[in-house]
Amino acid sequence: MSSPARTRRRPDTVDPIPWWLKVVGGLVIAFFILPTLFVIPMSFSSATTFQFPPPGFSWRLYENFFTNPVWLDSLGNSFLVASLTAVLATTVGTAAAVALSRLDGRAARFVRTLLMVPIVSPAIVVAVAVYISFLGWRLTGTVTGYVLAHTAIAVPYVLVSVTGALGGFDQRLLKASASLGASPLTSFVRVTLPLISRGVLTGGIFAFIVSFDEVVIALFLRSPLFQTMPVQMYNSVTVEIDPTISAASSLMVVAVTIIFILPLLLRGRAGSRQEPRP
Amino acid sequence: MTRQTTVEVTGSPRETKRGTEIRLEGVTKDYGLAAPAVDDISLTIEPGEFMTLLGPSGSGKTTTLNLIAGFETLTAGTISLDGADVSDVPPHRRNLGMLFQNYALFPHMTIAQNVAYPLRQRKVGKQEIARKVAEVLELVQLTGRDDTHPSKLSGGQQQRVALARAIVFEPKALLLDEPLGALDRNLRSALQTEIRRIHREVGSTFVFVTHDQEEAMNLADRIALFNNGRIEQVGTPQQLYAEPETLFTARFLGDSNVFELGQADLGGAVAWEGESWGVDPATVAAHPGVGKGSAIVVRPEDVEVAAGRDAVPVGANAVRAAVRDVEYMGSYRTLLLTIGDRGLFGRARVSALRGDYAIGDDVVVWWRPRAQRIVAA
Amino acid sequence: MSSNKIRWSSWLPLVPALALLAGILLVPLGKTFVRSVSNPDLTLANYEHLFTDGVTMTVLGRTALTAATVTIAALLLGYPYAYLMTRVSARTRGILLVVVLIPFWTSVMARNFAWIIILQDGGPVQSAFEAVGIDDVVLYGTTAGVTIAMTQVMLPFMVLPLFSTLGAIDRKLLLAARGLGSSPTAAFWKVFWPLSRGGVMAGVMLVFTLSLGFYVTPALLGSPQQSLVAQLLAQRTTLLLDFAAAGALGMVVLVITLVLVVWANRVGGTVSAIGVVATSQPKDR
Repeated sequence: MSSPARTRRRPDTVDPIPWWLKVVGGLVIAFFILPTLFVIPMSFSSATTFQFPPPGFSWRLYENFFTNPVWLDSLGNSFLVASLTAVLATTVGTAAAVALSRLDGRAARFVRTLLMVPIVSPAIVVAVAVYISFLGWRLTGTVTGYVLAHTAIAVPYVLVSVTGALGGFDQRLLKASASLGASPLTSFVRVTLPLISRGVLTGGIFAFIVSFDEVVIALFLRSPLFQTMPVQMYNSVTVEIDPTISAASSLMVVAVTIIFILPLLLRGRAGSRQEPRP
Repeated sequence: MTRQTTVEVTGSPRETKRGTEIRLEGVTKDYGLAAPAVDDISLTIEPGEFMTLLGPSGSGKTTTLNLIAGFETLTAGTISLDGADVSDVPPHRRNLGMLFQNYALFPHMTIAQNVAYPLRQRKVGKQEIARKVAEVLELVQLTGRDDTHPSKLSGGQQQRVALARAIVFEPKALLLDEPLGALDRNLRSALQTEIRRIHREVGSTFVFVTHDQEEAMNLADRIALFNNGRIEQVGTPQQLYAEPETLFTARFLGDSNVFELGQADLGGAVAWEGESWGVDPATVAAHPGVGKGSAIVVRPEDVEVAAGRDAVPVGANAVRAAVRDVEYMGSYRTLLLTIGDRGLFGRARVSALRGDYAIGDDVVVWWRPRAQRIVAA
Repeated sequence: MSSNKIRWSSWLPLVPALALLAGILLVPLGKTFVRSVSNPDLTLANYEHLFTDGVTMTVLGRTALTAATVTIAALLLGYPYAYLMTRVSARTRGILLVVVLIPFWTSVMARNFAWIIILQDGGPVQSAFEAVGIDDVVLYGTTAGVTIAMTQVMLPFMVLPLFSTLGAIDRKLLLAARGLGSSPTAAFWKVFWPLSRGGVMAGVMLVFTLSLGFYVTPALLGSPQQSLVAQLLAQRTTLLLDFAAAGALGMVVLVITLVLVVWANRVGGTVSAIGVVATSQPKDR
């Protein structure tokens, strides 16, 4: 650095970021992060209400969550539905994405847009339509009903994720594979799938979370015998005033965060592969 | 020294001295990296002068231009315009025109709106704006395209609009940051002519940044050659080419045959690989003299080629060489040579008519001592 | 070459996805639509009722107003934030981007529960206001509380398209404007803002559209007296079991949404509204 005698105090750049902009940025960051953080201290509360700040420390809410069959069953149901949804949506969505990547023209564009409709339709409208139909088909309150409805709204996420991975996929590889004697199916399994695997995996994780966290459709499809965890959480604030929801929420926040960070880590680890980010 | 008093005293029209003096003293820009981007530069650009800042990328020439424009803040030193210190004046109050490599035309405005922009910022009246815009668009030969958007124009036309926008408000000086870098060769040379013409007509100080030595030689009144954040040499293109002070200057401008010297001054002669060569004192650069740490530079066009020693005139400096390749350049031929025992790479320019050199020929190359230059290596 | 055969077989993998979409979404929506216009004869009575029942229009108006408030709040917070993202170092930008995505990461119910805790009577927000001498700030059970919670989750939909637009603006243009005599403020309003309008439009359309369909947040944080259109729709379906009337209302909401999405997609230019929605994870619509 130059000597103090020669150096005059000046801002480093002509166009520094104004202080008020940093303040607004800080406020927005707080707005993004803080609400979620309130859930965690609440989960160690000794109160039987939603009182904040918590009057004392206790593991009681977690104890209740892991011993109360109502909570445990709903957690199990959610896992079941989300796992089946992830498998089904990933299969269906990947097939569609691969097919669409080889097609172009008006019809293909239309189909692509059509498949995105569940994502842009208000969840409540989908829920009402599904509810009315499923009543007639006796699918409300069934695992099949939940999985079908959740798969329909999860497919677009898989489609986007796999399409992203296919963006960097060289279609000539398939011609090469065919010229070397592979059938289309073999080519898909041995060439396409390994190269888009991260997109498929990301899509599957998305599908799992979409289902695991879905509450609007689940509220309509619930039955006294079968309900998912978000629905049980909904009940606990509307009907029961059961603070166990704070334990459930904290677990959800931690679990979803881990699941979301997983693809980031995978992406980092396999960074040398030539695939665009999904 | 102040311009204002000079004009008043002589009472001459503005045209006699329209330019602005730009003075850099101890100018330094340090980003906190290993070395400062610009390291203690002092340079005075005369009023109305066309000064080119030349140098390889990363040599600090663009940073210097941005410091003059006010787009970067100084770490140390001062910059003054006509004697007034502007070091702490923000760019929009410096009244300097700037031309960017990628034109930086506002895409949401028409040509006329772009050109009118600086006048609007200065609250010029509507009619005056219309008059000046028309005038300057005529100067850059773009009349009638007022309502077009920049994206509809070719690269060359866009740069003309940018030029019009940069001079319409009669700035104290025009700063040009590699303005022709994005254009193809023919367009480049056409716009070089154009810029020279406009410099003559407008008469204000131009500071032009480029890494292209031909462009610099073609345009500039004087060149400031940058290297590693410092100015290597300042002078007219001819001075820099014919009288380089350092090996860097010699190599950056044009081709050179370079003979690095390992021994001290032998009293009017130097030794290189056993050859003894005469020295003309007028060709020795002031610093650091003849000897270890200096080098002899000879331009290819000053090198003559002979079949043997006996064809070399008395008093010429000679060395044996082998022809490695011959390049036919149309108006001349270039012989690529391996010179001396260790096969130093060299070039000689010969007439295009001399087609009688073959690869592998042993020759002797020679030059007059006054054609060589002894510089700091 | 049996090109026809190849063409048909290449469409085959799309069949499951399309069948699912048709079975779960299109057929139910179609049946709902048919039911809404038959009684059992063809009738528009259900749609006329929406205008005349004195409730639907009020609720739709309130929903639009809430969505507009959320949109404006998201723009006022999101624009500076997105601008900040274009100015900071790549590392900081990465952190800011992760922060933007936090509302997506947070489970719907956990997030809404958090807002209940924060906004409830005697909760931290109320206490904070009381500490500075402003008593009786009631946010829980009001549209204001709903708006705050919705703004948080909608902010990413404003920030992401804005960031992609603002980041694409050549900063040299701002330097050029400064060099031509504009103060930093003038350079912003004359050059940067006009060039960012595409992103602003995309973000505004997106946030407004998505805000229209919120159900869980108003149901948990609002009040039944101040319900939004999604609550009305749920109520008519599950409590009143008036499927025809609910279907008509659902159709209106769906059509408004889809029209706005298509429009948003158009005005957004390079920013595909659907793409932004799809690559992020929307919650509680």
